[in-house]
Amino acid sequence: MGNYVPGTKEEQNAMLKACGFSCFEDLYRDVPEEVFLKRDLDLPEGLPELEVRKKMNALASKNTLFEHIFRGGGSYHHYIPEIVNEIAGRREFLTAYTPYQAEISQGILQSIFEYQTSICELTGMDASNASVYDGATAAAEACAMCVDRKRSRILVSATVDPKILSVVKTYSFGHGSEVVVIPEKDGETDCEALKAALDQQTACVLFQQPNFYGIFENAALICDAAHESRAKAIASVNPVSLALFRTPGEYGADIAVGEGQPLGIPMSFGGPYIGFMACKSAMMRKLPGRIVGQTTDVDGKRGYVLTLQAREQHIRREKASSNICSNEALCAMRVSIYLSAMGRLGLREVAEQCTSKAHYLKDALACAGLTPVFDKEFFHEFVTECADPGAVLSALKKHGILGGLPLGDGRILWCATEMNTKQEMDMTADIVKEVLRK
Amino acid sequence: MKLIFERSSAGRGTSYLPACDVPSVTPNTELREIALHLPEVPETEIDRHYTELSHQVYGVNTGFYPLGSCTMKYNPMINEAAASLPGFAEIHPLAGDENTQGALEVMKLLEDSLKEITGMDAVTLQPAAGAHGEFTGLLLIKAWHKAKGNDKRTKIIVPDSAHGTNPASAAMAGFEVVSIPSDENGCVDIDALKAAVGEDTAGLMLTNPNTVGIFDKNITEITKIIHDAGGVNYYDGANLNAVMGVARPGDMGFDVVHVNLHKTFSTPHGGGGPGSGPVGCKEFLKEFLPGIQAECTEDGTAFRSVREEHSIGDMRSFGSNFSVVVKALAYVLSLGKTGIRETSENAVLNANYLMHLLKKNYECAYDRTCMHEFVLDLAHLKEEHGISALDVAKALLDAGIHPPTMYFPLIVHEALMFEPTETETKETLEACALAMENILKEALANPEGAHAKPEHTMIRRLDEVGAARNPVIRYTFDSEEK
Repeated sequence: MGNYVPGTKEEQNAMLKACGFSCFEDLYRDVPEEVFLKRDLDLPEGLPELEVRKKMNALASKNTLFEHIFRGGGSYHHYIPEIVNEIAGRREFLTAYTPYQAEISQGILQSIFEYQTSICELTGMDASNASVYDGATAAAEACAMCVDRKRSRILVSATVDPKILSVVKTYSFGHGSEVVVIPEKDGETDCEALKAALDQQTACVLFQQPNFYGIFENAALICDAAHESRAKAIASVNPVSLALFRTPGEYGADIAVGEGQPLGIPMSFGGPYIGFMACKSAMMRKLPGRIVGQTTDVDGKRGYVLTLQAREQHIRREKASSNICSNEALCAMRVSIYLSAMGRLGLREVAEQCTSKAHYLKDALACAGLTPVFDKEFFHEFVTECADPGAVLSALKKHGILGGLPLGDGRILWCATEMNTKQEMDMTADIVKEVLRK
Repeated sequence: MKLIFERSSAGRGTSYLPACDVPSVTPNTELREIALHLPEVPETEIDRHYTELSHQVYGVNTGFYPLGSCTMKYNPMINEAAASLPGFAEIHPLAGDENTQGALEVMKLLEDSLKEITGMDAVTLQPAAGAHGEFTGLLLIKAWHKAKGNDKRTKIIVPDSAHGTNPASAAMAGFEVVSIPSDENGCVDIDALKAAVGEDTAGLMLTNPNTVGIFDKNITEITKIIHDAGGVNYYDGANLNAVMGVARPGDMGFDVVHVNLHKTFSTPHGGGGPGSGPVGCKEFLKEFLPGIQAECTEDGTAFRSVREEHSIGDMRSFGSNFSVVVKALAYVLSLGKTGIRETSENAVLNANYLMHLLKKNYECAYDRTCMHEFVLDLAHLKEEHGISALDVAKALLDAGIHPPTMYFPLIVHEALMFEPTETETKETLEACALAMENILKEALANPEGAHAKPEHTMIRRLDEVGAARNPVIRYTFDSEEK
């Protein structure tokens, strides 16, 4: 129905004629007979906007909108100040291309420079890129930064999110590296096993802080062990936790990566999200993707440009540090706006509420009969055990509650954030108690 | 312009959260000891800061954006409204199939539409961008050769006109890149291709129409040469906007394709992303697809997510850049079968019309019917008058038009590549041609002045060499603040 083509049939004909064509088919004379499609596409006719809106509303309403969410596992339910949506929705930001024409793209370039600064501040690192696709691809790209001819083994802790491990393995199938999983012990990386696995072929150790179960790893110990074998340490971190807890810069990681979704990006069934990557100065020129740098224009005014481009695919082609071209620039802007709105104290407040509420929920569920699996220090996620997690989760669903993530073997991974109130946690515990009593 | 950090003042800010209603707990673990500098700015100032930034950005909403190979078409508003519906935006990706039936149906509808448009048998929506799609497609090819025991097929053939991501993706997938020259029309040199194939050939990466905007007439012969040699044909969907509903990669002999939803299917570029790069493939590669596919249940009443048995794994954590997928579906539903074809026809018409107008003053790299884009070659202008493609592009900034792609493809040395897209009016194309004519006149009269363009932008030519030599890539806070 709508095709967003502005010209009338008369205008189109006039343009065809001006170029020496009599019909549209003339434009396609180079298309060989055998590949020219002689039928209509097997798709429905187009719809007017009113019908499209109805159709999309109907599709959206087929999803269950939960009032209360206790599920994390890589995607987190946080409050997003309205200013984030309003500003990121501005058409100038939304409809612009990559800022290759710096003179008319200062707005985007500066916002990326501000994003890079915030990521360095959060992680305690020296250099940040302008983003990659998500936290898992950031981890995979970080591993690729460390691999070379002499060192091609990648050690990944078993306490890393299994989705991240899967992506690291897929990327490694490409560059031909070996991925070795270091076992866990009581919900933490088994550091003895790690030390035994480290050798002169090890390129890096990838661990997660807090780990997939929400538990704080002994990050300094892991980094030191890696460095003793002259391997790099890569920390995959939750950015909200960094407002409160020890940063990768402080415990000695070489590269910090993570999923930026908790910083102002809606869950949106998994994307778009944003992978942040930051490293020590020594590795700056190995970072993949775009980086914005400060410079001056011919009049001496401060300005920003895409820089260190000799790493990138459009210059280096097959020798580039990565193939990445499109990144998640608008998500990076969302992160920047979110961090500006929350500020230093606001982000700390989010981290504190996440911690306090998760601990409250853990105790409430324990009282209700859901046994915690680990007795470790944790951030905003924890694991419980019971005979029939399905019964617990479906009872919660009846009350509009999305319970924790089932992990198999009777385990559930729970998450609480600033979004959860005491009242809904009490209600959740009551429902769980009722189910377990049966 | 001030940075947001330079607008910061300690203690300022807006409170967005209610007080914590449970006892405060601090885990017994190491806390952050270094200072954390984040902006402390009231909401008014944040609003003004970003509004000021937005005035220094050029979007499709600002004006004409004929950026070759980027398909900067209009981004319909209804798509944005659809993506921000709470029933899409507030859905947890791990909520389970039973709670995400609408999302799975969205995926299924777009997967099916893309299969039909590209002539493929299966589609994964997992890749987050075009280059990510290329990497995915190449891993499918690698997995297939591996399963067949073809250990020696290690080379991917890429024409020298290809986008930089093609060789970079091939290298990431562990292939060796064999670059082959283009013929005098910018098309594949058949003899060079024949000479390049062999028992080590894993496949070919190609875009058709190619990067100079010409539909390669020999396409079926090219794909046959690769097939006969035992290789797989990869279609880079960068230029799909020229041929939707007219010619399908699957019918041209391609086995795997990626499409860019952020180009062809009208989702906005967002200043560099997010994109989305779904990959389609023929039946024989389907078993290797990554991530989840949406599938209808046997009784046709519900949807479920399925994984392929011999999947290469996952390309990213979750199933897709879902809100981009929603936008693309809204676009496909709006256009329908007729609108999709008209879109491509008018993209090609607009390019030919603009080329026709520009030819009066500029030389075309290839003076023949183009597809959705074309390349001007300013080599003579540079040689005779010292006026470069860069000079002309920068002068366009003063004229309020986004410059075309510069110095790409690499096979044309002073290239300006125009892609007007179908969503521009005749008047816009004519105004661009007039601006280009005036720029040329002024540059010929004053070649020195041409190097000083732009004159009227808020920031003028920037010192890129200095930026790379002494990288300043973050703001440094005064030590007394710490």
